[in-house]
Amino acid sequence: MIHQFKLNGYNIVLDVFSGAVHAVDEVAYDIISLYESSSQDEIIKSITAKYPEVTSDEVIECIEDIENLKENGKLFSEDEYADLAFDFKKKNTVIKALCLHIAHTCNLNCEYCFASQGKYHGERALMSFEVGKRAIDFLIENSGKRKNLEVDFFGGEPLMNFDVVKKIVEYARSVEKQYNKNFRFTLTTNGVLVNDDVIDFANKECHNVVLSLDGRKEVHDNLRKTINGSGSYDLIVPKFQHFVERRGNKGYYVRGTFTHNNVDFTNDIFHMADLGFTELSMEPVVCSPDDPYVLTYDDLPVLYEQYEILAKEMLRREEEGRPITFYHYMIDLTGGPCIYKRISGCGSGTEYLAVTPWGDLYPCHQFVGDEKYLMGDIWKGVNNTEKQNEFKLCNAYARPECKDCWAKLYCSGGCAANAYHATGSITGVYEYGCKLFKKRMECAIMMQVAKSLK
Amino acid sequence: MKRIQTIETRDLKQSTQSGGCGECQTSCQSACKTSCGVANQQCEKCLETE
Repeated sequence: MIHQFKLNGYNIVLDVFSGAVHAVDEVAYDIISLYESSSQDEIIKSITAKYPEVTSDEVIECIEDIENLKENGKLFSEDEYADLAFDFKKKNTVIKALCLHIAHTCNLNCEYCFASQGKYHGERALMSFEVGKRAIDFLIENSGKRKNLEVDFFGGEPLMNFDVVKKIVEYARSVEKQYNKNFRFTLTTNGVLVNDDVIDFANKECHNVVLSLDGRKEVHDNLRKTINGSGSYDLIVPKFQHFVERRGNKGYYVRGTFTHNNVDFTNDIFHMADLGFTELSMEPVVCSPDDPYVLTYDDLPVLYEQYEILAKEMLRREEEGRPITFYHYMIDLTGGPCIYKRISGCGSGTEYLAVTPWGDLYPCHQFVGDEKYLMGDIWKGVNNTEKQNEFKLCNAYARPECKDCWAKLYCSGGCAANAYHATGSITGVYEYGCKLFKKRMECAIMMQVAKSLK
Repeated sequence: MKRIQTIETRDLKQSTQSGGCGECQTSCQSACKTSCGVANQQCEKCLETE
């Protein structure tokens, strides 16, 4: 299967199953699009009619190049992976990542919060050190030979339980060598409680920090409010700037959510850049269709254009020596994920689990609070094997809708939670998300092409 | 005249042999939390050889 698209003056052909990317001229673009459905004579006739300056010999030469690429497995390559996907069910599952719900409470009252202001539709709760420590032991016990283990401190707002965060990290560090593990911690925070103590800790211990900011003051303050209803922008932005300034070259993301209220979200990304942040992520809101800020189908053309604007501007800034990173455009064509990763996806419910403040296990943070998806707990382990098997098979080959989709090896079939919330099934398809995802991938690939051709 | 320029990419078919170590990052852990995109993950083995 191939996927052809034109963007920013480039004609791009992606060979889906080999991952090969070709930049071609208009003539080759058209010949490739005709190649599978037309005879050589038909192609010559069609191309020479459309491009009078092109000779028959030139068309034949191009067809020969296409055939060479085909023979070398870089064009029109066949799907040989479907059986691999089915084998995943037989694989023993090791767990390599936990999302620790350190605090089911929050000091902000963001309207769009999928965790319903941190409480996940339940009672407010804080994780105790005993639960956190047991979660670390559970991860070590279930991680097999995996060396790199990820633990994300998540909420609600994890800094509302910062002492426990510190103690969990201290405990994990005290045992990681003896078990030949390397813990990578991530802290996701809204910034309200960030201070020098937090910054020192995070810069020493956290592989990554995720700082929530929606962009322009009016956009951020509109949905990210303090408990008393005022905007949180002025409170958190100086803290984030100080945080990032002191972070040196360690990883971070300033991460925002855009909604129907700010479909011109690139202005929020550029605002983040103006504030001095360079590692940026901006996600489309996922919410109920009844919410006033839900993204609509009418928004789509605007959003497509916004993603293009972002890609072009990023190329320009890179050329000017002031690059920014956008999480969804970070494609490494040579050092990216292997085919197993591309098929199996995020690992929710299998390699990745979320732990509630009281030690229950869920497939990921987005299922927490939905009792149907209770997987077990950190003492007895995963005992809901029926659900676990569903997640093992929830991959790039699980959905009939993905069968002919060129992007399936980039999204692995998409987010199980989004699919569930949109369709009622983890193997459903969140179509709106697919549309945005595909546009982002085209932009990301275009940027790699642009850089390669320089 | 060459009308097709092939960009250097990792051959996914070859990665059926070399891949699957599982040491790479879990997709959702870093910055999205609301979508699944594996394409922007780094291969841990490739990082080590860099």
